[in-house]
Amino acid sequence: MAELLQYLFAGLTSGAIYALAGLGFAIIYNASHVINFAQGEFIMIGGMATATLTAAGVPLPAAALAAMALTMLVGVALEKFAIEPARDADVVTIIIITIGASIFLRGAAQLVWDKEFHALAPFSGEDPIRVLGATLMPQSLWVVGVAMAVIAGLWWFFNRTLFGKAMLATSFNRLAAQLMGIGVKKVLMVSFALSAALGAIGGIVVTPIAFTNYEAGIMLGLKGFSAAVLGGLGNGMGAVVGGLIVGVAEALGAGYVSSAYKDAIAFVIILFVLFFMPNGLFGKKGVDRV
Amino acid sequence: MAKLMKARTGGMALLALVMAVSPLGFANAYYYDVAVGALFNAMICVGLNLLIGYGGQISLGHGAFFALGAYASAIGTSRWGLPPLAALAGGGALVGLLAFALARPILRLKGHYLAMATLGVGMIIYIVLKTEAQWTGGPDGVGVDPLTLAGFTLATDRQWYWLGAGLLLLVVWLALNLVESPVGRALRAGHGAQVGAEVVGVDTSHYKVLMFVVSAVVASVVGSLFAHKNGFITPDIAGFHHSIELVTMVVLGGMASIFGSVLGALLLTVLPQMLAGFDDYEAMIFGAIMMGTMIFLPKGLLPSLIALIRKKRGAKP
Amino acid sequence: MSLLRVQSLSKEFGGVHAIEDLSFSVAAGTIHSIIGPNGAGKTTLFNLITGIYTPSAGMVEFDGRPIGGVAPSRLAALGLSRTFQNLQVFFNMTAIENVMVGAHLHLDRRFWPSLLRLPGSVRRDRACRDHCARLMDFVGLGAYVDAEASAMPYGALKRLEIARALAAKPKLLLLDEPAAGLNATESREIDQVIKKVAADGVTVVLVEHDMKMVMGISDHILALDYGRKLAEGTPAQVRANPDVVAAYLGAHS
Repeated sequence: MAELLQYLFAGLTSGAIYALAGLGFAIIYNASHVINFAQGEFIMIGGMATATLTAAGVPLPAAALAAMALTMLVGVALEKFAIEPARDADVVTIIIITIGASIFLRGAAQLVWDKEFHALAPFSGEDPIRVLGATLMPQSLWVVGVAMAVIAGLWWFFNRTLFGKAMLATSFNRLAAQLMGIGVKKVLMVSFALSAALGAIGGIVVTPIAFTNYEAGIMLGLKGFSAAVLGGLGNGMGAVVGGLIVGVAEALGAGYVSSAYKDAIAFVIILFVLFFMPNGLFGKKGVDRV
Repeated sequence: MAKLMKARTGGMALLALVMAVSPLGFANAYYYDVAVGALFNAMICVGLNLLIGYGGQISLGHGAFFALGAYASAIGTSRWGLPPLAALAGGGALVGLLAFALARPILRLKGHYLAMATLGVGMIIYIVLKTEAQWTGGPDGVGVDPLTLAGFTLATDRQWYWLGAGLLLLVVWLALNLVESPVGRALRAGHGAQVGAEVVGVDTSHYKVLMFVVSAVVASVVGSLFAHKNGFITPDIAGFHHSIELVTMVVLGGMASIFGSVLGALLLTVLPQMLAGFDDYEAMIFGAIMMGTMIFLPKGLLPSLIALIRKKRGAKP
Repeated sequence: MSLLRVQSLSKEFGGVHAIEDLSFSVAAGTIHSIIGPNGAGKTTLFNLITGIYTPSAGMVEFDGRPIGGVAPSRLAALGLSRTFQNLQVFFNMTAIENVMVGAHLHLDRRFWPSLLRLPGSVRRDRACRDHCARLMDFVGLGAYVDAEASAMPYGALKRLEIARALAAKPKLLLLDEPAAGLNATESREIDQVIKKVAADGVTVVLVEHDMKMVMGISDHILALDYGRKLAEGTPAQVRANPDVVAAYLGAHS
């Protein structure tokens, strides 16, 4: 029982990170039908920037804000200079562009920082909390708590603010949105900024647990993509649920089956889902018109 | 002469000529080594282009099929004492079966879902190769004996170059045959307008499955050759990065262009060598090239080049 | 003898009846037109007959066998072929290649002979190319044989689809608005093509808005409205039917 609880804690912690990454995929996908393979690099940049800034003596909140601003800048630049010019290209072309962007950003990170691992001190100490025989690190609470706050904030933004609703409208019908006077370009830019911010936040809260280096975004990004597809591409709540499922399944698999295959579990799940329900858990079924 | 002007004969002749003449400029074994790498990549990309460019199906997992071929040769020859050709053929057959089993469910998917599924298959294979150390040597890799055919051992990069050049010509010829045959037309038709193809009797999914298998087997066979040539393999050849490299070569050279794939493979194999002095910038430059070509030449290098020449020719009657 | 028989056919999309309890039959060797206002269900009917949609109820019988729910790619082998209102052209291929895909079922489709370019299969392919070039001549596209489909004008693409459908050597040819978007001269040419096709013994089912064409070439007309049969008969009978005049012709004259 204590063991199970231990695995669940671990699973929910990483699941929260995957959920944030998955939400990042979903927001950009909704606004542009682009899968942004550089989402993982947003996570990496957020973590790396915060780690270096705090190491240089900047207080954590200021460092975190600066890291978020930097990542959002990168996100907007990516949209402006790589996605916008290729708006009408086909899926394969856009996939290559964003993969190119992710390689570019990794290269840049390696240049700006280095190839070493960087650590960040836990936000509120390292004294484990005992729960029913299992131990819970305070940082895990930070991860889950921040993720929950972010998700609630997003929900409010998309359902209660005019601009958020406009963004959702654009995802359903671009032309109609344009006719209603919604600036599609602005929506695109905001979606990239928002996704970048989500990635950065994920990177900042997870770095005290997992360290970070210039390649740290690859796996996190791919698992975030799995979470987004699992929940049904473009479905925000689906991405959150998908992220938690991937995280928990991974932790249970690593604990009870084989820790060596931990990273494979997300991909096994995603293959099963795609083979048996190709639109994900909550995705809409598309109908081809002739 | 008129025949030489046709893309098929002319292109093959030009390719043969370039491959025959290039070694004149090779100063040492290192050049041969890089050239062999380019030839290998070109073969894989020609196969992959049948799937991506002609069939319209993306795969982000072909690096894994390449790796399975390589490991089949490594394990088959050193562990089970199989003759290299038998290990190569066995690896190809196994990969073909695996691809066939995966193809139906995978190719039902479209766009990003297809990308995710092929990526997932590749990642799983990569992790298996990394983990099952008693078979594969784990992350540290495993050594492979040189290729011996009928008592003759290919020992130098120069010998590999000529073998690779001959094989590439063969692969290009076969691919051109296929593209211009009823099979190739059915494949392209399924990409161009699936419903339009179905109503004249084309079982479009059959042709997609076929090309998935064909491209996987080509990757596997080249993987086997690579293992013998390199003498050492690690699971990284199955990784996401390698699969992406292959797709990028195809797209850079030009989708649905056989000779474009050869060009794309050549450029992206040689380029990193030329950037060797700028180690720190290599990834950035590589990423920038990927983005740049897709933004400014979305049709790829060779088709864009041909269109440009046609336009020039059309301009002055 | 009827080549195509449709009986109590219905198709619903989320509660909306696109086709409702429709029955009719098409006699072999005739030109049979289906008319009706936009949204009457004509294209849906084509999609049901050619296996692109599965009927919600009822049945479709072709050449004496039920074909409801049979995959489109199998129907071609039975002798059913069609064109599309919204083009389904292979824009990634040349014009003649488009037509040759139509002959797919009559070619050597085996993998190895194709891969190795065996002489026998190459010979068949060459003969097919000649045949398809003649078909393109037949529909008036002689000038476009080597053109890229993506570079052809709209009217030519409509005819390209007819040539492709004919290359499949169908018993029944379904044409979905072949004259839409064509000028008067082109329309008359299509007219002639359809007559020649029918004269060669191919049964034609035609969906068309060009009333002059429909009245001129049809042996039999079926008028639809809101997915139901409004009237049926010879051109003269349908033209005289007050319901048809009210629902369709009236709106246009």
